[in-house]
Amino acid sequence: MKSAKKGDWVQIHQILLKPGERAPQVPEDTKKVPLELWIKGIALHDAEVGSIVEIKTSTGRKVKGTLRTVNPRYNHDFGDFVPELLKVDMQLKEILFGGDIDE
Amino acid sequence: MSKDMSYAAVMGRKNEIMKKAIGIDFSVFESGSISFDYEKMMRETGYSLDEIQKIQVETCVGNTPLVELKNLTKLARKLAPKGKGARIFMKDEAANPSGSFKARRAATSVYHAKKNGYKGVLTATSGNYGAAVASQASKRGLQCIVLQECYDSRMIGQPEILEKQRACEAYGAEVIQLSVGPELFYYFLTLLEETGYFNASLYTPFGIAGIETLGYEIAMQFREMMGKDPDKVVITHAGGGNVTGTARGLLKAGAKDVEIVGASVDLSGLHMASDKDFNRKSFTTGHTGFGIPFATLPDRSDVPRNAARALRYLDRYLIVKQGEVFYMTEALSVLEGLERGPAGNTALTAAFALAQEMDEDQTIVVQETEYTGAGKHPMPQLTFARENGIEILFGNPDDDVPGKNIILPANPSDIKLRDFDLEKVRASYIKNCITNNKVNEITKDDFDFLIKETKSDSKFVGDVLAELNVKIK
Repeated sequence: MKSAKKGDWVQIHQILLKPGERAPQVPEDTKKVPLELWIKGIALHDAEVGSIVEIKTSTGRKVKGTLRTVNPRYNHDFGDFVPELLKVDMQLKEILFGGDIDE
Repeated sequence: MSKDMSYAAVMGRKNEIMKKAIGIDFSVFESGSISFDYEKMMRETGYSLDEIQKIQVETCVGNTPLVELKNLTKLARKLAPKGKGARIFMKDEAANPSGSFKARRAATSVYHAKKNGYKGVLTATSGNYGAAVASQASKRGLQCIVLQECYDSRMIGQPEILEKQRACEAYGAEVIQLSVGPELFYYFLTLLEETGYFNASLYTPFGIAGIETLGYEIAMQFREMMGKDPDKVVITHAGGGNVTGTARGLLKAGAKDVEIVGASVDLSGLHMASDKDFNRKSFTTGHTGFGIPFATLPDRSDVPRNAARALRYLDRYLIVKQGEVFYMTEALSVLEGLERGPAGNTALTAAFALAQEMDEDQTIVVQETEYTGAGKHPMPQLTFARENGIEILFGNPDDDVPGKNIILPANPSDIKLRDFDLEKVRASYIKNCITNNKVNEITKDDFDFLIKETKSDSKFVGDVLAELNVKIK
C-alpha cells in the first residue's frame, strides 16, 4: 500500500542518532550506520509512504516519523525445511528405540 | 524551558530518572566504598516468598510441572560408562502465562508498579521478559512499552526477536524496535522521562525475588516425588537473574547441599554491539556474551545495584555449543514429546552431558523450558543462520566457531562437558571492582563483601588482591 488513511495501523521510522552521533563505545561497523527506530500506531491523518505522519501508539503516545508500511505484517515463520534436523530426529530414535518404530 | 535531550545530557540525568522510575533509593545500602548491603537491599525492597507466591497465583504464574525425562536419561545411560547416568528432571516453565520463567520476574515488578501508582511499565529487552512484562501488565491493567534491539542496518531481524515483538503486541504492549547499539539505553531513559512509567528492569530486587519461587518449587516438588533434594540443579545463565533467584529459592527451601550449575551457549568472538555480528548469533540470550560480562560486572545493568549476582551462588559453570543445543531441542521433542524453544534448552544440553559423569542413583534438575513457535524454533533459526552465511554441518561441536558455523553433533556422544573456570571469573570480578572503584586500599567490610560476592574464601580473595597490589585497611 502506497498511502495510509487516517485511522490505519501503520509503522513509522525515525533516525535517532546519525553515524557521527553514535556513542563512543560503539564498535567501528556500528559507528558507520545510524541508530534507527520503528514504532507502530494509528495514523492520525492521511499520509503517503515516505512522508512524515503522526501516529497514536497503543499506549496513547503521539509520535511523528516517516511512514513505512500500512498494516505491517509479521514476516517470521518456521523457515525452510532443514533436512539436518530430520537426520537428528531419526538418529535419536534409532539409538534409543532401534530399527523401525512401527515393527 | 525544555529539557536538553542530547545523548550526553540524558545520560547525565540517569540517576535522577532511575530513582523516579524504580522508587528505590539505592544509596541507603551503600557503604561508600566497594561493598553494599545486598541482603538488606533484598529484604527491604523486595517481597517475602509468601507475598510473592500470593502475587504470582493472582496472575496464574508458577506452580509449573516438574517432569522426569526418562528417555533422555536412558539415552544418557547408553552413552555413559557403566553405572553412570543420573536421572534427569525438568521444570516445565513454558507452562507460565507468557511461556517462560520470565513471567515470575515480571509478576512482582508489575505488581509493585501497580501498587505504587505507576500508570505503566517500561522495559528494554529483546527476550522472553518483554512478553512476560506485557502479559502481566495486561492482567493488572497497566500500560506497557517494550524496547527491543531488533534489526541490523539492513532492517533484518532475528526470527526469535521478531516473534517476541509479535508476542508483546499480542499482549497489547507498544513495541519500539531499534537497530543495534547500546544507545538504546539513552532512548529508554528519554521514554521513562516522557511517560513517568515504572522501570520494570530485569535486575531490580522485585524481579529477582520473583524467581525465588522457582527454586522453592523445585525443592518442594522434588521432595514430594523423590523424598530428597536433587543433587544438582542446572540453570541457563545470561544476566544472572535466573541463577540468583533460583539458588535463593532453593536456599529458602532449606536445600543447602544442592550444587548450583550454570550453563551458557558459547558465543565467544562475537561483539554484542556490532551491526555485522548481530545477525550472526543464533542465540539471543543464555549465551556467554551476557553470561560472563554480567557475572564479572553485575552492576553494568540498568539499575545502580544489580540484584542478580550469579557468582554469589554458582558452584560450577558449563559451556555448551550452539549446535548441541539445537540437537538437544530435537531430542526433547522426539524422545520426550516436549516441543520447546531452543534458548531455554541450554541448561538441558549441559545437564545431558553432566548426567553422564554422575552415578545412576543421582539426580539432576533442569530448571526451565520456554515456549516455541514461528521464529523461536530450530528450523527458522537455522534457516536464518544459513541466510546470514553461517555453515550448518555435522561434526564435532568443539570445532564450532560462533558467527562462522554451527556444528550439529554427529552423534549424541559428541555432546560434551566443558567447564568454564569459575576461579577466573571470580578473579576477574574482583579486578573489575578494584578498577572501577579506582582504589589501591579496601576496608575489611569490602574484603568480606568480595568473599561473599565470589562464593570463595579469604585466601582466594587475599591472593587476587595481592596480585593487584591492593591493601586491606
